[in-house]
Amino acid sequence: MITSPVFTWAGNCFVNKPPNFVENKRLELSNGQLKWETMFKLLLKVMSVLLVLIIVGVLITLIIESWPSITSQGIKYIWGKVWDPVQNIYGAYPFLVGTLLTSFTALIISIPFSYAIAIYLGEYNPKGWLSDLLKNTIELIAAVPSIIYGFWGLFVLVPLVRTLEMKLDILPYGVGVFTASIVLAVMIIPYGASLGITLIRMVPSPLKEGAYALGATRWEVIRNVIMPYTRSGLFAGVLLSLGRALGETMAVTMLIGNTTAVADTFKNVFFGPGNTMASVIANEFAEADHTLYLSALIELGLVLFVVTVIINMIGKRIITRVTKS
Amino acid sequence: MENTIVRAENYNAYFGDNHVVKDVNISINKNEVIAVMGPSGCGKTTFLRGINRMHELIPNATAKGKILLEGENVYDMNAIYVRAKIGMVFQRPNPFPNLSIYDNVVAGYLLNGIKVSKADKDVIVERSLTSAALWKEVKDSLHKKGTFLSGGQQQRLCIARAIAMQPELILFDEPTSALDPISTSSVEALFHELKENYTLIIVTHNMQQAARVSDRTAFFYMGELVEFDDTKQMFTAPADQRTQNYITGRFS
Repeated sequence: MITSPVFTWAGNCFVNKPPNFVENKRLELSNGQLKWETMFKLLLKVMSVLLVLIIVGVLITLIIESWPSITSQGIKYIWGKVWDPVQNIYGAYPFLVGTLLTSFTALIISIPFSYAIAIYLGEYNPKGWLSDLLKNTIELIAAVPSIIYGFWGLFVLVPLVRTLEMKLDILPYGVGVFTASIVLAVMIIPYGASLGITLIRMVPSPLKEGAYALGATRWEVIRNVIMPYTRSGLFAGVLLSLGRALGETMAVTMLIGNTTAVADTFKNVFFGPGNTMASVIANEFAEADHTLYLSALIELGLVLFVVTVIINMIGKRIITRVTKS
Repeated sequence: MENTIVRAENYNAYFGDNHVVKDVNISINKNEVIAVMGPSGCGKTTFLRGINRMHELIPNATAKGKILLEGENVYDMNAIYVRAKIGMVFQRPNPFPNLSIYDNVVAGYLLNGIKVSKADKDVIVERSLTSAALWKEVKDSLHKKGTFLSGGQQQRLCIARAIAMQPELILFDEPTSALDPISTSSVEALFHELKENYTLIIVTHNMQQAARVSDRTAFFYMGELVEFDDTKQMFTAPADQRTQNYITGRFS
């Protein structure tokens, strides 16, 4: 037990007499204490490293399992356009295109919404019940299971897109890359928006006041002070949502149409049925009846892994460059 | 009367139900340095922010009464115009971090979308920085970011930014409270030079500073303007007991 400091009145002030440490057990315990401190630090380190090891392990597993496919298909796996498990010819190109196309389309659709929400709830209406209600609801969107979005897309969006396609004189599938992108956009908006709200609320008010005091209007403050200040952070939010979009499986699988054929025109690629890497894996994994087929699917997972990592790295690079300058 | 630049008539300011500035009447002459002092929470900053209508940017903040800028009530003018016409320097130096020193000086023009030719901009930048006693120190690094400067230099950059808009009146909200003593004295020295061309209203809770830099001093207490007089007069023989108590340090 530590004895409490003793205060004695020395005529005009208190004299603080320090506790007597020699009588104190802390002195004897210091060795064990030190050992525990080291152990605790080690524990934290092990737990942090463990997670990284798991990811490395996942990568190694992917490579080992996809090795038969890698050796038999070679590098042309990446741009091969034919996916024929019966003939044992595997080309990932249609799915690679499908993944990138749906993700970037979703991203482009989501950006105006994310920014609008971020600016409205970050700057115009940061407090009050309406603001809280909107913010919480938007964050809830991210928590809704993706299969529910799949259903919604199937029952509501598909008929709408079909009507649109009939008007545009395209084969009215309803399902396809475009439909999947819309649902994907709804799913990723909360990521960009939520981070954007936080960032915009964090812009120092002296900066904004400085601009107001020079006669700037609210729009000018947003454009010239808030936007430059939050640019890199908003971009990070966009990247976060792109990472989510690339790997999203369930809702996309339900809506994309799942065809392995490559459409001839861009119009058909964009509106017609397609496939993403994640949806092919989800669809065909259970029916992969021979080693090479299974291995080719796992290689698809490897490609998805690598694409996601590359896009994240590019994003990180851009963020550091923007924040430095 | 002709020499008056700002005149407050029964000016009142509120935050919601909180009455922070009470019935202030004051007349400020051109080319004078006015110090506004008083204890924390006495309404001096709110009064200052009322002059260029910055007060109303805060949610729930309202104001009553008149503030006449050269005879015209600022509350009858467009707030954006008022703020562009009156310069303001804040407690913490706030140069725009994404802009260079050069662009920071002409930020008022950039923000208001006023087109200025490169040659005119060069002149504005040099003159403003010279007036703010910063030109010599930064003339070789005009295109570096303003945030690389020291605190005192940043504050002088903010003064240059205000001067660039060619105001007649510049408001200072505790402009040296975030600066070290050396930077403080460089900014204070600047006040003496600026007085030639501008009217300065400086809010400060540093009495020595008020005594050093100002021609006249206004003392605020609990939202009221207690006394407004010659600085020398006020510090040697204040008329009001509350002023006396404040300057002798009986409350702060």
